Amino acid sequence: MKSTATAEKPTEREGSFTTISGRPINRLYTADDVAGLDYGRDLGDPGQFPYTRGIHPTGYRGKLWTMRQFAGFGTPEETNERYKQLLAAGGTGLSVAFDLPTLMGRDPDHELSLGEVGKCGVNITSLADMERLFEGITLSDITTSMTINSPAPMIFAMYLVVAEKQGADLKKLSGTIQNDILKEFIAQKEYIFPPRPSMRLITDIFEFCSKNVPKWNTISVSGYHIREAGSTSLQELAFTLRDGIEYVQWGVDAGLDVDEFVPQISFFFNAHSDFFEEIAKYRAARKIWARVMKEKFGAKNERSWKLRFHTQTAGVSLTAQQPYNNVVRTALQALSAVLGGTNSLHTNSLDEALALPTAEAATLALRTQQVIAYESGVTNMVDPLGGSYFVEKLTLDMEEGAYKYFDAIDRMGGMVAAIENGYPQREISESSYRFQQAFEKKEKQMVGVNVFAESDEKPFPILYIDDSAHDIQLARLAELRRTRDNAAVERTLGALKEAARGATNTMYPLLDCVRAYATVGEMCDALRQVWGEYEEVPSI
Amino acid sequence: MNTASGVKKIRVVIAKPGLDGHDRGAKVIARALRDAGMEVIYTGLRQTPEMIVAATLQEDADVIGLSILSGAHMHICPKVMELLKAKGLDHVLVVIGGIIPDVDIPKLHAMGVRGIFLPGTPMQDIVDFINGHVSSRAEVV
Repeated sequence: MKSTATAEKPTEREGSFTTISGRPINRLYTADDVAGLDYGRDLGDPGQFPYTRGIHPTGYRGKLWTMRQFAGFGTPEETNERYKQLLAAGGTGLSVAFDLPTLMGRDPDHELSLGEVGKCGVNITSLADMERLFEGITLSDITTSMTINSPAPMIFAMYLVVAEKQGADLKKLSGTIQNDILKEFIAQKEYIFPPRPSMRLITDIFEFCSKNVPKWNTISVSGYHIREAGSTSLQELAFTLRDGIEYVQWGVDAGLDVDEFVPQISFFFNAHSDFFEEIAKYRAARKIWARVMKEKFGAKNERSWKLRFHTQTAGVSLTAQQPYNNVVRTALQALSAVLGGTNSLHTNSLDEALALPTAEAATLALRTQQVIAYESGVTNMVDPLGGSYFVEKLTLDMEEGAYKYFDAIDRMGGMVAAIENGYPQREISESSYRFQQAFEKKEKQMVGVNVFAESDEKPFPILYIDDSAHDIQLARLAELRRTRDNAAVERTLGALKEAARGATNTMYPLLDCVRAYATVGEMCDALRQVWGEYEEVPSI
Repeated sequence: MNTASGVKKIRVVIAKPGLDGHDRGAKVIARALRDAGMEVIYTGLRQTPEMIVAATLQEDADVIGLSILSGAHMHICPKVMELLKAKGLDHVLVVIGGIIPDVDIPKLHAMGVRGIFLPGTPMQDIVDFINGHVSSRAEVV
């Protein structure tokens, strides 16, 4: 700094200038900050390695992002109705939210399902429910994303059987299963089996899809939940990409060809409130992935280098206080995702700190994306912030920080080992507590909560989900167990256990279980008997 | 537990009932209560009402803090309250944090849940509430 700088420094507001993740930010960025930046090496034109500026040469001039709104609640019929509404309103893809019993591989009659059936998402117990969920929707005409992790193979098998029954060509079928178990151990904690057999299920899906459903996205490596659990922007970037690297390594170790399965890996990031830091995160993510796939794994297929990602605005940033403010937050977050080149986007509804969204709130959230796409003009050019001193410097800093985390995790023996040691879990807990303390001291501010709060807020109309889904799904389960061919169920579950004990791909016996109308709980129980259940050591 | 100065610390069981794994809130509040001088026992995930009440008995806790974000509170809370009564643990202060629709708040109060903390609540408010409401046998002497 020049010696005269102090004397010349204009008055600034009190406090430190940092991002929401605590990263210090300078007053001004200049050419000096990006002196080492080499256009060809560090950026490249959109569509060119290392894809910092985007994976498509035409950006959104070629194709807008997919407007994919996550939805699901109650019975399959109720959710089916919401899907038809979203498609009619101009949504371009479906995204299924499952309830906790489905996510945890428990049937509605299990003790722990008490009060949870149909509450946070739709309940899917057997193939019969999957048929109801997509009734009147042609699966070959749409793409569907399913947020399912531990029971991903079971739910995916159900989707494939419904598609088969509709006469779809599986070779052309497209969509995504989240299937990202590592971030479950790290952040969201919806795991069933221990890490190593869980990873085996994933490599089984890689192999099955490369042969049978080649257009399906086999995994959506997710930073979203890591961020929601309280990580910083950098931790989200680093842990997510390191998870992606771990999956690729396990696929390679299982004997698969990188260029056969890596193009089907996609990513899922959070769009939090710190506008530029998020944009830098997306740009750095593309650059890192391209480098690592090409240089570390020797991928030759360009499609293996290109990181494609879905984004969801930050649920954790939504406030129960003054809920209308959430529309503004969501719009800004969505804009950061678009300026960062997202391929697909979910915008949260204004009422989601209170409940699952009402139909009106969900429509407004979709309209928010449409205003950005059709009115703001930001889709006319690719990567409009490329070359900004600040954005490029932040992108470089994020990249450097991510590689430091990779080194630390590599020294522990990889991500599975790091998770077993509790490393990423501890890092996130620390960040989350640090943010909470900063928030309490008002160093970090949320409008309507710790600044500009109002004492007499009016009640806000919300979607109230009663227990009718629980009663209906419970009755259906009893009926199913009475009417199906239970000998076929036993036989197919037996074959599944046999495959799990050996090395046969588990997807084939799972498809047979599904066709026999075995339930999610029964299929998961069969595997629990072989592999046991994971239990986290609670720590604070 | 008695500290060197003879002051009895408030003992709190923080529990995550049901199938939900979103434990950010539970862990943050557990740390905040510990930093405020309380003894905190965190049960970990996927606890049934029976497991939570058994932990309360075993740990001789003064307070149970339930973290529920999934919408299952109207099933879980009545069972916890019922079991506490059956075990003679009526004196235990029960508080809940999470996503609770307004219409359920009077019902939860009526069944004996004393503190209900919604999103955005400062940690200090929860600390103050517990300090102010815990039954006298655990108060600072």
